[in-house]
Amino acid sequence: MKDVWIVAIPFVFVLVLAAMSDWDHPPIDSTQKGFRGTGMVQVDNPRTEADLAERNQVWESYGRVEPGGPPAGEVYENVQVLGALSQDQFDHLMASITDWVAPEEGCLYCHNEENLAADDVYTKIVSRRMIQMTQTINSEWDTHVGGVGVNCFTCHRGQHVPEYVWVEEDHQQETTGGFSARRNNQNLGVEVTGYSSLPYDALMQYLTKDDVEIRVAALDALPTTEGGESIQKTESTYSLMVHMSEGLGVNCTYCHNSRAFGDWEQSTPQRMTAWHGIEMVQNLNEEYLIPLQSALPENRLGPKGDAPKAMCTTCHQGIPKPMYGANALEDHPELGAPVQ
Amino acid sequence: MPEYQNIFTDVQVHGAPDLGVPVKSGAWTRGNKTWMAYWAGKFGEAQIGPLYLGGLGVASIVCGTIAFVTIGLNMLASVGWDPIQFVRQLFWLSLDPPAPEYGLSFPPMAEGGWFLVTGAFLSASVLLWWARLYTRAQALGMGKHIAWAFAAALWLFFVLGLIRPILMGSWAEAVPYGIFPHLDWTAAFSIRYGNLFYNPFHMLSIVFLYGSALLFAMHGATILAVSRFGGDREIEQIVDRGTASERAALFWRWTMGFNATMESIHRWAWWFAVLCPLTGGIGILLTGTVVDNWYLWGVKHGIAPPYPDVFGGTADPAGIGGN
Repeated sequence: MKDVWIVAIPFVFVLVLAAMSDWDHPPIDSTQKGFRGTGMVQVDNPRTEADLAERNQVWESYGRVEPGGPPAGEVYENVQVLGALSQDQFDHLMASITDWVAPEEGCLYCHNEENLAADDVYTKIVSRRMIQMTQTINSEWDTHVGGVGVNCFTCHRGQHVPEYVWVEEDHQQETTGGFSARRNNQNLGVEVTGYSSLPYDALMQYLTKDDVEIRVAALDALPTTEGGESIQKTESTYSLMVHMSEGLGVNCTYCHNSRAFGDWEQSTPQRMTAWHGIEMVQNLNEEYLIPLQSALPENRLGPKGDAPKAMCTTCHQGIPKPMYGANALEDHPELGAPVQ
Repeated sequence: MPEYQNIFTDVQVHGAPDLGVPVKSGAWTRGNKTWMAYWAGKFGEAQIGPLYLGGLGVASIVCGTIAFVTIGLNMLASVGWDPIQFVRQLFWLSLDPPAPEYGLSFPPMAEGGWFLVTGAFLSASVLLWWARLYTRAQALGMGKHIAWAFAAALWLFFVLGLIRPILMGSWAEAVPYGIFPHLDWTAAFSIRYGNLFYNPFHMLSIVFLYGSALLFAMHGATILAVSRFGGDREIEQIVDRGTASERAALFWRWTMGFNATMESIHRWAWWFAVLCPLTGGIGILLTGTVVDNWYLWGVKHGIAPPYPDVFGGTADPAGIGGN
């Protein structure tokens, strides 16, 4: 009987390995993007395309509304952000927001039934801030959202809270602590690291403030007296990059050159867009989303009490261009910049 | 009629246990317990044993067990002593080296102390095992080829876990003890040091790795192909060349103009296998200590050719330059 183990153990080992991986089975499409023979290709699983297209359907639109009627600020009370908008456009935007964020509940998801102008529903406070954030993205981050912009639906997709936001997880509670070795915020198969064992707090490290150094590769061929970054720091950067790759549904060479990940001169133009994207998300989290913590009820906060934050997947949701590059501002130019 | 073919053989010879040649007995005489394993006989020799443990073997297994159990218990603690989570997360779990801040100092047990203790026991274990290979070969009057081949592997092991971390001034450079964590370490290592593929010793190591596989396949195939002429009696064929050797040699001269001999093929294979970790270890040792970015080093020395600029060039938006 013990002889069976000699065969069974390796067999079971291979089975376990196969079962826990989320590998894509062939055939996989490969498209050459760079010079031949340099591995500059994009790989796609053609069997996931239909599902991605299904999940990234463009919003239904009421069409564009030309300015009409008096300014909303004169017609309605307590219009702090969109007061300069005409009444027709204001109503149009309100209708669209309802469709985008609370299609089931309607106006009363954010407004007090008794007094639509009152600020006593927290979702109204949040919505106002989110409108400002959308205007900021569209006016100040042209380098990232260039040309097409974003609207509420880009992230929300008909849900109150966008599906792909993140909070600080409390994984450490599983650790015994005390004398035993620390888990160091890593070695946990979770989605955000692409089920690798890389640090799962990379978003916390890199996407919550803008004065943070992400780069790890040496700038010179030979070591310098200042020393370089550690392997641990490299793993954190790697983890952030895995998140970007998963969030956009692309492989490393979408932005980086296969031979020299760090070299800008050999990088694709997408790397520049992505770089501005990182800057943008850092800014949005720092300026808009983290401060919302005080406005949100407890059930909207993470286990450690922080507000939900943005990451690449929040808008991208598995594809390189959110909503396949549909123009988000065509019918709502008022979201393109703060209304004067 | 059943055939004797060794791999998935139909025939297993069962008889009185073969205890081997007589040797001078030491303080620890070898055991004489043997048993027959049917499934082992499908792949090789059906007789298991006799085993020789000895002082070095016992010490090596004790040290190795301490290291193994220390890793396991720390992993188990990291999932709150939950055996189900331990199994579920096993491939992700790790005993990590200390953080870079600790340099070469001994950190608190929870923050890398266990890692260093484990490393000490693991090192003792593999060194004792090496000594055991050496002395057992000596006891049988053999050459020490196996011990030196194992030493080549130990070179790479000690470069990764001991020599390079000391030269870098930080235990944080060592490889974590975990299945996926050590693979992530490997990928991060290449990213940090600008693409290890431009490291010439990494290139050599790959040559010897793939070369070993190629030689193994060529040799294994050749011997199986001429075993019908007695080619499996390789040792006899070295000193008394028969028709099997002659056919095998002629086959390779016909097909590629050159043949190894019955003896030299084993030296080829041994050196290819041994040079794989030897060159690999040199490559690791130079990384970070002597070269910080292998791609830029490759550019400097004409290894990395320029390719046509198909992307139109992108400037560093942060203006740091270069990378």
